[in-house]
Amino acid sequence: MSGKKLLLENIEIPGIETFEIYRKSGGYASVEKALKTMSPDAVVEEVKKSGLRGRGGAGFSTGLKWSFLAKPEGVPRYLVCNADESEPGTFKDRYLMEKIPHLLIEGMITASYALGANQSFIYIRGEYMWILRILQQAIAEAHQHGFLGKNILGSGYDLELVVAPGGGAYICGEETALLESLEGKRGNPRMKPPFPAVKGLWGCPTVVNNVETIAAVVPIVNHGGEHYASIGIGKSTGTKLISACGNLVRPGVYEIEMGLSVEEFIYGDNYCRGIANGKKLKACVPGGSSVPILPHYLVCKTEAGQDRLMTYESLADGGFKSGSMLGSGGFIVFDEDQCVVRNTWNFARFYAHESCGQCSPCREGTGWMEKVLNRLEHGHGNLRDIDLLADINKKIEGNTICPLGDAAAWPVAAAIRHFRDEFEWHVKEPQGAQKRNYGMIEEKSTTLA
Amino acid sequence: MIKVTIDDIEIEVEPGTTILNAARKVGGEIVPPAMCYYSKLPGTGGKCRTCLVEVTAGSAANPTPMPKLVPSCSTNCMDGMVVKNSTSERVFENRGGIVEFLLINHPLDCPVCDQAGECHLQDLAYEHGAQKTRYEEERRTFEPIEIGENIKLHMNRCILCYRCVHVANQLTEDRVHGVLYRGEHSEISTYIENALDTDFIGNVIDVCPVGALTDRTARFKSRVWFLKPMEAECSCSKCSGKAVLWMFGDEIYRVTTRKDQYDEVESIDDKTAWICDECRFEKKDKSNWNIIGPREVDRHSVISQGKYETKIGQHHKKIE
Amino acid sequence: MKTHTDTSNKYSEKFEFSPESLAKVNDLIAQYPEGKQKSAILAILHLVQEENGWLTINAMDQVAVILGIKPIEVYEVVTFYTMFHIEPVGKHVWEVCRTGPCMLVGSDKIIEHIEKRLDIKVGETSADGLFTLKTVECLGACGYGPMFQCKGKNYEHLTTEKVDELIEQFRNEAK
Repeated sequence: MSGKKLLLENIEIPGIETFEIYRKSGGYASVEKALKTMSPDAVVEEVKKSGLRGRGGAGFSTGLKWSFLAKPEGVPRYLVCNADESEPGTFKDRYLMEKIPHLLIEGMITASYALGANQSFIYIRGEYMWILRILQQAIAEAHQHGFLGKNILGSGYDLELVVAPGGGAYICGEETALLESLEGKRGNPRMKPPFPAVKGLWGCPTVVNNVETIAAVVPIVNHGGEHYASIGIGKSTGTKLISACGNLVRPGVYEIEMGLSVEEFIYGDNYCRGIANGKKLKACVPGGSSVPILPHYLVCKTEAGQDRLMTYESLADGGFKSGSMLGSGGFIVFDEDQCVVRNTWNFARFYAHESCGQCSPCREGTGWMEKVLNRLEHGHGNLRDIDLLADINKKIEGNTICPLGDAAAWPVAAAIRHFRDEFEWHVKEPQGAQKRNYGMIEEKSTTLA
Repeated sequence: MIKVTIDDIEIEVEPGTTILNAARKVGGEIVPPAMCYYSKLPGTGGKCRTCLVEVTAGSAANPTPMPKLVPSCSTNCMDGMVVKNSTSERVFENRGGIVEFLLINHPLDCPVCDQAGECHLQDLAYEHGAQKTRYEEERRTFEPIEIGENIKLHMNRCILCYRCVHVANQLTEDRVHGVLYRGEHSEISTYIENALDTDFIGNVIDVCPVGALTDRTARFKSRVWFLKPMEAECSCSKCSGKAVLWMFGDEIYRVTTRKDQYDEVESIDDKTAWICDECRFEKKDKSNWNIIGPREVDRHSVISQGKYETKIGQHHKKIE
Repeated sequence: MKTHTDTSNKYSEKFEFSPESLAKVNDLIAQYPEGKQKSAILAILHLVQEENGWLTINAMDQVAVILGIKPIEVYEVVTFYTMFHIEPVGKHVWEVCRTGPCMLVGSDKIIEHIEKRLDIKVGETSADGLFTLKTVECLGACGYGPMFQCKGKNYEHLTTEKVDELIEQFRNEAK
């Protein structure tokens, strides 16, 4: 059994990307139900009941976010879909939009109705240009069939959808940077407060939601919030798209029920089928590059010895000391031959490259960390560099305008926490480090024998 | 009016006042440093993070402490808020970190920099900087360039406060310079060869907290502490004509706006007294001006007052 | 040096919107509420780049005129986003992902192989002007790496053999 599917249930149906087949397979039912039988507030209520949490990474309650939306008279409100998927390890939204674009369009219509938006936007990263065209095609079809435009299904509700491309900037996945970019500016995150719910796109109240979050509104409206909440464990309700990559037998996008064990996900026949080439698991970054790396002994079990589950809570069990985060669901697996220092440097380079440069701790700190890690990886480091990195980390974390600073700091801090001996080995045996990988850590000890 | 406590001093302010401006009402040690915020330029602030403070009680209604340090320049006071600036070890430590970040790519060219003696980064470095750098990498470098007849840009020294961009947006019709590229490669530039030559653009020199934008007409003529600042005025059709002349004997070396203790252009008759480029760059003869008398200048700089011992001492004492 | 780019011929190369693309530009602007035309800037810049290969200063200035904004506002935007080429590029720009998940499955080797086969380094254009090699950060193909993108199309699950084939294929198409 591969568990219940709410989003990707119909994805294998040939032609599901067309309006005709999608509609025949039960598509757009949520729009009919919402517009004909429910008030906007009733839709918001169902989403609240569902316990749905933002699927972009932060995991904030979607119903709550919607209820914060300011509704001043005579001011337009906007729904913006964040399709700027750029977190390394994450490619789930792409899969959904490419294979079943109408699911997102349907979710956009239903969610826009709930929020009282008459113009909504899908901001998609510029590197997904072919998907932008797929979405535009889907929008045109929905228009033709009366699901978009004026007086949708005779309900009196009007909606236009616009797909806007980005231009290559990870930071535009941060919601206020996204709004800046959508206004045609540099993607510099805004100072908060005010939050977008009060002052968002063009200064109007705005909700920004991830692709998967908006898609999940469809099954929530179709089957009710309670049904959605009955799937999963505790505060991690429903299903989640996990994009698995790295050294796996079968990488790809999987829809899982929240609560699936990590072990089952990595090794199970219905999922990733274990580590590629018969190798051993060395480490795992379970929620996209920004979340802390876990050494192999903390991947399938928590520090307390319990099974690690695919939920917000279980993956975070142990805090930053021995846990990580579900994040965006970008599940990156490292086999025994991978070098943690090299990967940490790679990620640091990514964040230095993607920093907008607006605030000084992030602009200078990410670049500094990248340079120090570059030296360490290439055998030119000192032992004191490891402590220096940890200290730069502390000075960035929490001191920046947006979370990119934290996202850059956490992976470095976690790598040093769990793999300090590997960093030290790069200093003590620089030539060895150039030729071969440090390998598996047999013991939990963090000092070099 | 709402009540806010900063470093154990209680003050009453209008709702909507930022923590920084509340602190400025009291003045002295409790005022956080500000490298990017400029009260006369709406929209500035939040970027340099040197003004971060600790909020130990959010408000009377919700007295929980704020988990992160907050930028005092862009965080509003709440009734019953308790703020720690000079009394917070955490602030001192993190501010030191921020200053280190600002310095890692900043050249050590104070001896040849026209800003030395009135440079905010220099002050901060003395107050919070470490004695030795931990930065072993190569510094980012740019060639100095002339942007226009009268202004020199040393991008190496820039800390990307964005103040000059706001000056161009708010004081001139045509902005030709801006922040290009991103991350640590961000730079102030015109992208193509272009000159900053609108009427009020010279004010970018006065708002620049470091020596990134300097006056070419005064370049290398003298150190600021050798010059005598004189308050002067002239009748000008474009601006207030109220300026400070920096003189050496009878010669006018440099003309600037009149600045307050936070090094911001003064307000005169409720208007920010920016000066036009003609007054700044061209009126270098005594006959152009009516000289009123010596200008009291807050010589905040460590160099001009030699207060570098005491400043550090004072701060540590506060924390204890 | 990036600053104060000189205005030699290379940089004053003229750009002309075709009537079709001008119509497209107007459609893009019309998507946004009145007065919010600046929102169309990224889409327009993509359009110009598709047509011209890279963004000349002249092209950017024209975009500024169309949107009723200052040229510097266009420069600021263009230099912020990494997809825009501000220097001339070859006919095909191969943008190879170098970020973690692709590195885990061998992107370093692929980059090295392309460099060798095309006899260029990252950032350079091949002598025949056909290929420009760039490395980029995560393109959202983490499960399908190593990969590169060219003209909005992904080439995934790369091996050195596959790269050789693609080079041949691109060369043949150019003939």
